[in-house]
Amino acid sequence: MLATTFVAVVLVVLLWEGYKWVGQQTDDRLPGTGIEVLVSTDDLTMPHAKDILGELLSDVRDGRSTLPMSLYLLKKAWFTLQEAAIGFFLGLVVGLALAVLMLRWRVVERGLLPWINVSQTVPLIALAPIIVTWGRLNDLPDLFSISLIAAYLTFFPVAVSALRGLQSPDVADVELMRSYAASWWTTLFKLRLPAARAYLFPAFKIAATLSVVGAIVGEISIGTKTGLGRAILEFAQRYAVSPERLYASVIGAAVLGLSVFGLVNLVERMFAGRDREVAA
Amino acid sequence: MKTRQFTRVAAAVMALTLLAGACGSEERIAATGDCETVDSVSLQLQWFTQAQFAGYFAAVDKGIYEKYCLDVTVLEGGVDIAPQQQLASGAVDFAVSWVPKALVVREQGANVVNVAQVFQRSGTLQVSWADSGITTPGDLAGKVVGNWGWGNEFELLAGARKAGLDPSTDFTLVQQSFDMLALLTREIDASQAMIYNEYAQVLEAVNPDTGARYVASDLSVIDWNDFGTAMLQDAIWADGVRLADAGYQDLTRRFVAGSLEGWAYCRDNSSDCVEIVLANGSALGASHQAWQMNEINGLIWPSPDGVGRMDADLWAQTIGVATSESILASAPDAGAYTTEYVDAALASLNGRGMDTTGQNWQRVNVTLNLGGE
Repeated sequence: MLATTFVAVVLVVLLWEGYKWVGQQTDDRLPGTGIEVLVSTDDLTMPHAKDILGELLSDVRDGRSTLPMSLYLLKKAWFTLQEAAIGFFLGLVVGLALAVLMLRWRVVERGLLPWINVSQTVPLIALAPIIVTWGRLNDLPDLFSISLIAAYLTFFPVAVSALRGLQSPDVADVELMRSYAASWWTTLFKLRLPAARAYLFPAFKIAATLSVVGAIVGEISIGTKTGLGRAILEFAQRYAVSPERLYASVIGAAVLGLSVFGLVNLVERMFAGRDREVAA
Repeated sequence: MKTRQFTRVAAAVMALTLLAGACGSEERIAATGDCETVDSVSLQLQWFTQAQFAGYFAAVDKGIYEKYCLDVTVLEGGVDIAPQQQLASGAVDFAVSWVPKALVVREQGANVVNVAQVFQRSGTLQVSWADSGITTPGDLAGKVVGNWGWGNEFELLAGARKAGLDPSTDFTLVQQSFDMLALLTREIDASQAMIYNEYAQVLEAVNPDTGARYVASDLSVIDWNDFGTAMLQDAIWADGVRLADAGYQDLTRRFVAGSLEGWAYCRDNSSDCVEIVLANGSALGASHQAWQMNEINGLIWPSPDGVGRMDADLWAQTIGVATSESILASAPDAGAYTTEYVDAALASLNGRGMDTTGQNWQRVNVTLNLGGE
């Protein structure tokens, strides 16, 4: 696992530097033609990989003191992770609740599902000011408004996948439960929910990464004192002076996204492990 | 309601004493820190923590608002937050906003009122390379000219028109990003820049030809203050509906006084204010913030009529540009700004012997370091 990650990173670095080198030789034109390449390869647009990685080790200002960029990003990521976690669990609860409602009453599914789909076409840029204004009028901290934006992104894959998962058992199995005189709720917990697991965990993984994206986007649109989104915005504004920093903070965001993905993976394995015990 | 009338009369009396140049013996705004109750108020900024807002942060940090019995929460701006909208919706108590942007929402029916015009000058520049020969708006003819759009382009458009150019045909107008990349790579000839931010960024970047930082003589600057199309920028806005309420009037009076006192503190203690801004969480470097503090002070001081007091000529100029550029359909009504609260604040500050005009303020020399560190 570690070896694969290492190889993948090395490959990306080689590709990056290779593209940059070719571009520098041909004055940003496709070799042998006069066509300009899509992304120019100068140091401002594409800093050297070693400079970006070096930036992670060099000092950056944090309040009155300085600290290495990697630690700085870690600190910011911890804040963003909290917003994302609240958003993830809110999205999870809302998504599952909606799925159960739609499962229980066909008419709810027909009425609600189109709206759930429509919800994801509303751009966050329009939503953010509405959410933060509502939050402030109700004396909620801005951090919670950002979590709500994260939840808005995460409930969708959960609701849609959970519904499909809950509907996945064979008719024969459902009828068997009925022949046992099992209640609707017993059927839900004993048959439908276990069957939905195969659908749920992939949705949770998508939701987890979306919660990080939502938290970062929320921080950028609403504005917070801290967080990865704030760091990205700040470094983006000063891209011309130190482009490596923006790349470093984007790497930080990617690592956070991958971490929560890995975390959900781990939880999934724990569940799968227990399954095997039961089977044995 | 008796107190309200008394307050009004008192404010008028104070304004008169101020005009007479006399020292106000009775202070309506007590700044003693002797508080029966402390009021919580929130202030929405346009952007994140930087020296542009140092006066407010200093007033919090130095306990100045506390003296006025206020507990102030400063809310940083984000990409999608319009302070004037937050104010109009009631989500915050006060907002910092540029004058034209706030007047647009006022025209749309939101009752926001300018209660203190903190910046007396515009900080917007059009920056080009010295070798481009662009020194006046007329020189923009035939050039590629960058601007941020979103309401930031009007000083440029009006300035070009005033020089006899048609912005739609005589030069190429392009939307630029927040950073100065397009100017540094010479994709555009002239770039919009705030004197306290983006202009400094160019001076913090490395000139590949010399291996050292760019210097001011590498650049040529059009300052809209010199060409009569500057528009008023950072001002404190209050909720016009709530201003009918005596309690909110009192809050506004104290908030304006505390804020202006914070700005006076940053004039006299600029390095301390830079520290305060850095401590409030800025990833921007120390020398960049020191530069910004100096330039911001230059936009505020001197304030000949007293800090925060509206310059009626500049207001008229702002409205003139706003209406001729069709930002506003018509000039705003007289209620769009009031000097009532600033006058009360000035009486209080002057009464305590504070310098509220900054006539003797001197720019400090700030050395920018590479990357603004």
